[in-house]
Amino acid sequence: MSSREPVIRVEDLHVWFELPGGGELHAVQGVTFELREGERMGLVGESGCGKTTTILAIMGLLPATASVSGKVILDGEDILVGGEDTISPHRWNDISMVFQGAMNAFNPVKKIGEQIAEPMELHGLASGKAARAQVRELLELVGISGDRADRYPHEFSGGMRQRAAIAMALACSPKVLLADEPTTALDVMVQAQILELLVRLSTTLGKELGLTVILVTHDLPVVAQVCDRAAVMYAGEIVEMGGMSTIYHDPRHPYTRMLFAATPDLLGDDEVISIPGAPPRLDRELVGCPFRPRCDSAFEPCATVHPRRLEPMPGHQALCHLNDSAMTEAAS
Amino acid sequence: MSAAEGTAAQLLEVEGLVTRYPIARGLYGALRRQPKLTVQAVNGVSFSIGAGEMVALVGESGCGKTSTAQTVIRMVASEAGSIRFRGTEIGALGARELRPLRREIQIIYQDPYESLDPRFTVRDTIEEPIRVHGLVDSSAAREAKVHEAMERAGLTPPELFIDRYPHELSGGQRQRVAIAAALVLEPKLLIADEPVSMLDVSVRAGILALLDGLRKDGMGVLMITHDLSTAAHFADRIAVMYLGRIVEEGPAKQVVRNPQHPYTKALISVVPRRDPDQQTVPQILQGETPNPIRMPSGCHFHPRCPVAEARCKEIDPELREVEGVDPGHRAACILLGAL
Repeated sequence: MSSREPVIRVEDLHVWFELPGGGELHAVQGVTFELREGERMGLVGESGCGKTTTILAIMGLLPATASVSGKVILDGEDILVGGEDTISPHRWNDISMVFQGAMNAFNPVKKIGEQIAEPMELHGLASGKAARAQVRELLELVGISGDRADRYPHEFSGGMRQRAAIAMALACSPKVLLADEPTTALDVMVQAQILELLVRLSTTLGKELGLTVILVTHDLPVVAQVCDRAAVMYAGEIVEMGGMSTIYHDPRHPYTRMLFAATPDLLGDDEVISIPGAPPRLDRELVGCPFRPRCDSAFEPCATVHPRRLEPMPGHQALCHLNDSAMTEAAS
Repeated sequence: MSAAEGTAAQLLEVEGLVTRYPIARGLYGALRRQPKLTVQAVNGVSFSIGAGEMVALVGESGCGKTSTAQTVIRMVASEAGSIRFRGTEIGALGARELRPLRREIQIIYQDPYESLDPRFTVRDTIEEPIRVHGLVDSSAAREAKVHEAMERAGLTPPELFIDRYPHELSGGQRQRVAIAAALVLEPKLLIADEPVSMLDVSVRAGILALLDGLRKDGMGVLMITHDLSTAAHFADRIAVMYLGRIVEEGPAKQVVRNPQHPYTKALISVVPRRDPDQQTVPQILQGETPNPIRMPSGCHFHPRCPVAEARCKEIDPELREVEGVDPGHRAACILLGAL
């Protein structure tokens, strides 16, 4: 990647949910990352680790029971600073999202084309004939014949509806696309088609340069094949982040290593090992490293000291005492 | 594997199985006397499972994997073909005669959030099959059986879980409860329909290892999955289905390392690898599986096949051994060997 300015920078993002019985759940705990144009980053981890909450916070789409702190910087401007007033001009226009299960969220009694045109009309970008022409272009871009704009959702297969959902997210020509489990309910062949589309969109977008993509998924092989970088989340924090190849071959957090070891590979012979236990509850203060009870390499400081964010290699971060010589030396 | 080369007696032998579902014509269609249409969900499927063997049925949605399993357990009636369980033809047995056999073939489902009754405790769920089949009279013996099944399913110590309700359990624990409820009847054959696809990656391996352990203890396992990596890792043999047919079948590792049928080759090529440096060259088939109401002529795969020839439209290929490849590895393609 060149030294161009980041397209999006997320700084110290926190999300708390108010719980009905009192108390708070600290769902996202200081997430920080930045992405350059055309970069594809995978956000991975188990259910409930804060992946979806993170991207919903970036979109400003969390429910009223959530409070958010931190910055989301687009073109030098913090869009979270004024709440809905500062986010809404950017939503769909600069950052858009393909929601989990989006392909099943189309209105069944409206034509696909009309639904894709809706964000353009609402944002005053195009209407009438111009909007219809753009819808055709968008459909062609995602690999659907433009003539199908007049069809209803039930006339589309699952894979085509997912393409249409991506076309809709692209309606206002965003710079950043957040895709939440975009291939989870799809067959491998259709998944391959959708992933190929995401890669193509980030490499070229029409005549312009690439879309920046954040791919949220629990499917590590998908991220391995599609993304340049990965951020591994655990208990609301990014516990490791770095280039895809290094994350796989030289992980610096036991959670990353154990996640890969729990994932069978098509041609691999190594034993597939599950991770014991479950992620911690986030409605109480966590002492020490949140992964310690499940970790196969925990040592003394893990029980009491929260690990520092270190950079064991340039451009690679991990949140684990094993990278902290002060901790390992003190222990030995 | 054909019966002739089977070493031990096969647990389950399925031959030429056909399952069709009628399609509602609607009032208008009936009045107009439009022809009755059917979906050919299973279209001449043959396979067998031995004791201590795990066979994975893989393929895309709608290829007939689940219909095959449902027909085998007689939840759905077959149109043709034979189903032999431990040597007995069960395809034509009546409900009463089937009942003792139902104990011996158990099924677990994809979604442990849906398959357990939310108002049943773990004990109630696991005990119910014993009551239904009237296996044990004394409650002490029943409790002992429940404990034993829970231990086999890895819900240990049983006291910790036995009085809990499904909402108090994680997804992996729920699936273990479903497995315990199947094990309590001491089945010979377990059918697992996408047993881990709803579960988190971190717990999948545990459930699969549990099934693998049951297989090692002599149980036959039919696993239905769309995940080829899982099938390659845990199954002894893989059968690949396309549009109601098995198009390739053989030893699991052979099928994924040396696929013979053009469909299997394409399917294997699009499975994402775990290592980012092993970039796959996906051979993406265009379009999606055709509608099984109007089956293509000849080889059902020919409209999407990258190597189809003119004669593939006419000839409907049979599964046959692939020369120069491991014994027991078969594929249904007339171009085998020439590819």
